[in-house]
Amino acid sequence: MIINHPLLGPRDSSEFVYLGDARLLNRPDWQADNALEQFIDYGHTRENPAGLHRELWYHEQGDRSWLVVTRNTVTHEITQVELARDVARTGGRSK
Amino acid sequence: MRYSGFRVIKEALTGHRGWGPAWRDPDPKPEYDYIIIGGGGHGLATAYYLAKEYKQSRIAVLEKGWIGSGNVGRNTTIVRSNYLLDGNEPFYEFSLKLWEGLEQDLNYNAMMSQRGIINLMHSDAQRDAYIRRGNAMILNGADAQLLDQKQVLEKYPFLNVKSARFPVMGGLLQARAGTARHDAVAWGYARAADQRGVDIIQNCEVTGFRIEGSRIRGVETSRGYIGAKKVGACVAGSSSKVMAYAGMHLPIESHVLQAFVTEGLKPVLPGVITYGAGHFYCSQSDKGGLVFGGNIDGYNSYAQRGNLPMVEDVMEEAIAMFPMLGRARLLRSWGGIMDMSMDGTPIIDKTHIDGLYFNGGWCYGGFKATPASGFVYAHLLATDTPHDTATAFRLDRFHTGHMIDEKGMGNQPNLH
Amino acid sequence: MSLQNRLDGGLIDRSETWSFRFDNKYYKGHKGDTLASALLANGVRLMGRSFKYHRPRGPMTTGSEEPNAIVELREGARKEPNTRATTIELYDGLRANSQNRWPSLNFDAMAVNDLLSNFFAAGFYYKTFMWPAAFWEKVYEPIIRRAAGLGSLSLQDDPDGYDKGFLHCDLLIIGGGPAGLAAALTAGESGARVVLCDEDFLVGGRLNLETYEVGGMAGAAWAAETVARLQALPNVRVMPRTTVIGAFDHGIYGAVERVSDHLAVPEDGKPRQILWRITSKRALLCAGAIERPIVFENNDRPGIMQASALRAYANRWATTPAQQVAIFTNNDDGHRTAYDLVAKGVKVVSVIDTRTDAPTSSEYDVIAGGVIDQTWGRLGLSQIEVKMPKGGTRRIKCGALGVSGGWNPNVHLTCHQGGRPTWNNALAAFVPSGTLPPGMTVAGAANGIFSTHGALQSGADGAKAILADLAIKASAPALPEAEDTPVKITPFWHVKTAKRAWVDQQNDVTAKDIKLAHQENYVSVEHLKRYTTLGMATDQGKTSNTAGLAIMAEVAGKAIPEVGTTMFRPPYTPTAMGVYAGRAWGMEMRPTRLTPSHKWAEEQGAVFTEAGLWLRAQWYPKPGETHWRQSCDREVIQTRKSVGICDVTSLGKIDVQGADAAAFLNTVYCNGFAKLPVGKVRYGLMLREDGIVMDDGTAARLAENHFVVTTTTAKAVEVYRHLEFVRQCLCPDKDVHLISTTDAWAQFSVAGPNSRKLLEKIVDDGVNLSNEAFPFMACAEITICGGLRARLFRISFSGELAYEIAVPTRYGDALVRRLMQAGAEFDVVPYGLEALNVMRIEKGHVTGNELNGTTTALNLGMGRMVSKAKDSIGSTLSERPGLNEPDALKLVGLRPVNKDHMVPAGAHLMSKGTKVDAVHGQGYVTSACYSPNLGCHIALGFLKSGDTRIGETIRLVSPLMGVDHEVEVVSPNFFDPEGERLRA
Repeated sequence: MIINHPLLGPRDSSEFVYLGDARLLNRPDWQADNALEQFIDYGHTRENPAGLHRELWYHEQGDRSWLVVTRNTVTHEITQVELARDVARTGGRSK
Repeated sequence: MRYSGFRVIKEALTGHRGWGPAWRDPDPKPEYDYIIIGGGGHGLATAYYLAKEYKQSRIAVLEKGWIGSGNVGRNTTIVRSNYLLDGNEPFYEFSLKLWEGLEQDLNYNAMMSQRGIINLMHSDAQRDAYIRRGNAMILNGADAQLLDQKQVLEKYPFLNVKSARFPVMGGLLQARAGTARHDAVAWGYARAADQRGVDIIQNCEVTGFRIEGSRIRGVETSRGYIGAKKVGACVAGSSSKVMAYAGMHLPIESHVLQAFVTEGLKPVLPGVITYGAGHFYCSQSDKGGLVFGGNIDGYNSYAQRGNLPMVEDVMEEAIAMFPMLGRARLLRSWGGIMDMSMDGTPIIDKTHIDGLYFNGGWCYGGFKATPASGFVYAHLLATDTPHDTATAFRLDRFHTGHMIDEKGMGNQPNLH
Repeated sequence: MSLQNRLDGGLIDRSETWSFRFDNKYYKGHKGDTLASALLANGVRLMGRSFKYHRPRGPMTTGSEEPNAIVELREGARKEPNTRATTIELYDGLRANSQNRWPSLNFDAMAVNDLLSNFFAAGFYYKTFMWPAAFWEKVYEPIIRRAAGLGSLSLQDDPDGYDKGFLHCDLLIIGGGPAGLAAALTAGESGARVVLCDEDFLVGGRLNLETYEVGGMAGAAWAAETVARLQALPNVRVMPRTTVIGAFDHGIYGAVERVSDHLAVPEDGKPRQILWRITSKRALLCAGAIERPIVFENNDRPGIMQASALRAYANRWATTPAQQVAIFTNNDDGHRTAYDLVAKGVKVVSVIDTRTDAPTSSEYDVIAGGVIDQTWGRLGLSQIEVKMPKGGTRRIKCGALGVSGGWNPNVHLTCHQGGRPTWNNALAAFVPSGTLPPGMTVAGAANGIFSTHGALQSGADGAKAILADLAIKASAPALPEAEDTPVKITPFWHVKTAKRAWVDQQNDVTAKDIKLAHQENYVSVEHLKRYTTLGMATDQGKTSNTAGLAIMAEVAGKAIPEVGTTMFRPPYTPTAMGVYAGRAWGMEMRPTRLTPSHKWAEEQGAVFTEAGLWLRAQWYPKPGETHWRQSCDREVIQTRKSVGICDVTSLGKIDVQGADAAAFLNTVYCNGFAKLPVGKVRYGLMLREDGIVMDDGTAARLAENHFVVTTTTAKAVEVYRHLEFVRQCLCPDKDVHLISTTDAWAQFSVAGPNSRKLLEKIVDDGVNLSNEAFPFMACAEITICGGLRARLFRISFSGELAYEIAVPTRYGDALVRRLMQAGAEFDVVPYGLEALNVMRIEKGHVTGNELNGTTTALNLGMGRMVSKAKDSIGSTLSERPGLNEPDALKLVGLRPVNKDHMVPAGAHLMSKGTKVDAVHGQGYVTSACYSPNLGCHIALGFLKSGDTRIGETIRLVSPLMGVDHEVEVVSPNFFDPEGERLRA
């Protein structure tokens, strides 16, 4: 596979390490009332779609960026690649 | 019709005109007591044991394609019970015992061949871990032997020890492990279940559940609605999709695992052997092909095919073990969908819907489990209590913290 | 030299005559021959035996799809089983042997199976060999396995090398026949970057096999001229002997170049083969078509082959299997073969055409509406019997029979990403469907366009469409004139017979087997394949699938497309495993990482061991020491007595800097780091988010905004990845930056009561190492040896007064030498991993054996370290009840009751007086060693409620090793439990 890195351009997927569902960006608040339930869900539940999947890849043999890649799990077509940091910021994860 | 020596000879002499269908092709009835979704090894075995061991009737297996079209027909055929953890080992040992009498039970030769499995070890720490596992096997009533390098070389004299990047210190042998003819397992269960009255309905895809209140009433299928008192899903590769019909989100990711076979070669590998400084497992079929595999590609996929980097990685490990395989030719590779659970261990449990049961998350270890998975699932369906050997495969174990993490990799499915 | 069946002309080089050996006989051939063509020229038709019935077989094709003529090429370590004689390029001195026969190819005792074939029908083994149960492994299977397989491996290490390469192009063209060449010309002359791969050693595809003219010259000459023209273009790479084996994601293709297979031995320094990973923007598949057989009784004798193969042998290789040949066809192409053979002076005794409206010829006899219903000839065809259209039969003597059942587009690569071909009625063949691998288009015969003109045109058009797509302006050359004969075919699949007619020749699958599969309800096409083994031969069904499907359709009363198709999967042709591994074999299988003191340690005669990819000194034997334990014990004793040095560079080091560095560490470690003073080090425990321990290590605060984190050797990569995840994904706006400095700093442990004295000799003036100035867990940036910058940490894995000192890696070798020199007065010893391990077990320090991915801080006795006052990774999920059971495993020390007993790691723990089984298990041993300080074996392990069982005698069992004895539960801190030594 080829991943079109937003900063570095097209790179072979073997430069990357896969983590999984991009929902892992949405780490719950540890002080929420049902924090334990939320963390169990965060840690273990996966949408696992046959189709478009937003997922985390790490450019380990490269610039060490974490990326959010939108990829079709049936065809492997990649339609979007973003810096995970930007996605996290957009998702409201500040300090 | 029973297969017997007499029958085989008679048919051979009379042009094989007397062989009937191995299983019928019935139309679905309006209602069943039990519907098993998924005509793979586990589903067919479940139906068989429901009928045979639990004396149930009015059972149907619904298969969206042809029976055995899932992972039972695309694996590396290894059968073993060399697990470490108490949640696992009794179950796999139960399975191995069922394998040992399977042909006679089914009256179908699935060619279960106990030629042994050796896990090679390459470091002191690995040796310690293997000893712990070998002891766990023995303490659970299975068999295990620790081999030194010389003993491994006696069985595999062409193993590379001279210029091995990771030294071979020996191996953990389970002599009762081996391989079976994968398709024949599905066919044998299908035929035996069919003979006990189970309706095997192919080309019948489940497209939804009919649920009233919190109780299952039946399934919607590509061949119409079929009522059922109990429904057991057993759909490796489609678990997330099918259970979503009941509003469930599973602790499962689906990944691609590639497997490989070479051209037919005169037998060189006596049993199954695995490489410990990586992930590679290999045996030789009774037809002569070397059958092997390695890790999953590592990314979510329903494509049933993989990519070159993992192919290269698997071959590197093959050549690292056996440099004499350099000139053997790979004939064919294929990919299966592995439902990888969060701790690498399957789930066999009730669901939040009364009468709906789930069996899945086998990662890439489902084949060896086929008989026991069918047996304990039948037990659960028939009695609503877990079988003694499968009490730990619960859906809520991630809530309670009772994970069964054989490899210690945590909740990252692609590492199991 | 005149050979029995050598004709005039052809594309062989008669100026080079070579000698070769097949089985025990020597033959002659020419440059340009294949083993198959050369053997045919020498009058040899019998080249192999089939898998199951050991039927005599000769070549059926001229290509890589050959199912029958497969041999063992070469001898000794270079032996290659199952090599297609049709693709083996002849070289001088070639040696090949027939396979799967005993004692000889002419007389094969295993052919007895052929007589017993009634017993060996499809799936027979599923119905038998079950009685008695124990006989499978002992009797039946050994017999089956003795008969299994085709060729045999040498069992010797492959002596040749392989390599890998990467290519990038605008357009990959797969196949160099008329379509591929026209496409390459169009794209190449337009300036696109083109890679053209062809599996043959002579590029040109069927242009080299036919007599058609192209542009007024022989097709082969046009092909040669075009190849030369392409090779002159700098943007075009023509790769003969290169097979594209797979179509992978995103335009990536795998291709294997057979660099040296046409030579007896690769030239010096050259690989045998290269695996190319070709990244293409677009691909054009021009893989041609494969002629398919008609199935009839005994259609498998040597001499019976594809009609197109017959004429290819005559046209390109100037040979024929026999001087008298017949043709059996259902389409006009069969007549083309007859015509070409007549032109070559071969006697065509008859063309049997299944069509009643077959064309007639003045050159040869045509039997329109006839079919072949029987053949004779034990080791090679001698006679056929034709069922005449008006009744009766006619027997015809002939030594070869060309069969043409029409052509199948070669759709293999179009299926690699799940696409399935669709049925084309006019061609009576499967053609590529619309669901191709993205970026791939198909031209020429592979797309069902069978005429030469059509192939040229579709190749050029295909290239133009791709150029337009890539916004490259096409400057298309004019296409040459070529024949444009339409396809005329009336489908005819098999001649019905009650006896055996072969569909899959290699696997001996007959039409009867297909009928039996149907009768037993193995009707899905995949069931058919798996039950009968149809299409599972080394050609992946290229020569058998369509006929098999047609016969299944007939017995099932369905149309062919209703029966379905099976999948073609990579590789396109069987591919040597060695080439996938490339250079990564033997010691080069994985990189080897060396520590900075490696060279010095080698000089000391150190014994090394693998620690992941690292090689680390395991012990340093002294003269007279014959067992590793002697060295290890000495190193431990001397370190504890005076001072020892150990290279610990392989531990991971991560530099953490920024205003939020402390807050960041507070998040990733379960214990607190916010308040760690500058100049101090703290032990830290890192959890996974699921609450299990990920790793442990230290973090040293060198400045307010600057920490150095260490990890274990094994987890260095994962921990760094994890920290970057936390930094970028979970707290993207924290002011913190990370860099791995594992390889930037050489680090040595200096341990033992004299370690301070030793270090004082090398630190620069002004560095105060006194216990007051630099106490336990202090750290500082200092200079040593007259200005060399260094980092000093007073941390101790051994339990001794100890330091770790780091210098830039390039000074690592110098530092170890200086330390040894300065330490001579203290009898300093280097110590290896074994001694390090002994000392840490004596202190109850944990490593990977304890941090095994299932253990919690609670298990390790560090439960209180998990701070409840802050958010850290893993802290929430560590609270789940299953991880906090009342009888949870706890780390304990274990000593044998009988001092002579070992306490092996991996043993299980049992309470005294209970049954010894898994249900009663109490825990297990993780690490064990002999402690020279305590004078006995000791161990660490996890025991249920272990912290409350100190002093209890329990039972240790390792049934795997026959061990069963009593041990005492003790504190894991065996040695200096008060820690007086490390604070000294």
